[in-house]
Amino acid sequence: MTTIGLQHYLVVSSILFSLGLFGIVTRKNAVMVLMGIELILNSANINFIAFARFGNFGFDGQLIALFVIILAAAEAAVALAIVLNIYKNFSTVNVDEIDKLKE
Amino acid sequence: MNLADFLFYFFAVITVVSAFLVVTFKNIIYSAYSLLLTFLGVAGIYVLLGADFIAIVQVIVYVGGILILILFGVMLTNKIQNVPIKTEASFIIPASITIGAFGGILVSTFMNTRWKSMPAELAVSTLGDVGKLLMNEYILIFELLGILLLVALIGAASIARKQ
Repeated sequence: MTTIGLQHYLVVSSILFSLGLFGIVTRKNAVMVLMGIELILNSANINFIAFARFGNFGFDGQLIALFVIILAAAEAAVALAIVLNIYKNFSTVNVDEIDKLKE
Repeated sequence: MNLADFLFYFFAVITVVSAFLVVTFKNIIYSAYSLLLTFLGVAGIYVLLGADFIAIVQVIVYVGGILILILFGVMLTNKIQNVPIKTEASFIIPASITIGAFGGILVSTFMNTRWKSMPAELAVSTLGDVGKLLMNEYILIFELLGILLLVALIGAASIARKQ
């Protein structure tokens, strides 16, 4: 444990992944579920960049992390539009109560 | 402990503690602001890993874009005037046990694996190399992502608009 190595970054990302999974599983608000997904995407990105740095693979890992960030932006926009639509139709964003595809 | 180690622990503690607060706060507005700290901590970790451009993109896209979208989503889907913005949670105890075990397995796997680690020399700035790769080898993905963002923008607008 003298200097910071690959394992330290991997441990941080695995803790972030577990917390994101915990948020997705336990919270009932659909927006909270989205926040959990963002935490998981961030932990995957830390893994990509850590392996790119310590595996000496060049910049490919960083570019994949960049693509993940772009996909997360698109996903957040579409998912929040869907959540707004669900709120308009059901007057709730509780994911336990939304069990119909159409009214 | 030199400065880089200290900075790593600083950003790691910020990231993990604020991510823990994100999933435990009852008030969803507090969760959203805690998520801001998580994203900033992750950006700091990117800088320590020598990915300066990705760190800037993280701050711009996540903190400036996605978090604002999430705050809009919170405010548009809660009756702020009448009801306190609380969110319920379910299955806390079984989820804590299962995910605690899962996280423990994940961490012990990462700690016990003998990774072949050979750190690259830190580049002064990755901006030029990332730009060249983006315009040469990854040009197809780059263009496809542009189309994807356009489709997502139009799709989100058409889903969310009033009928």
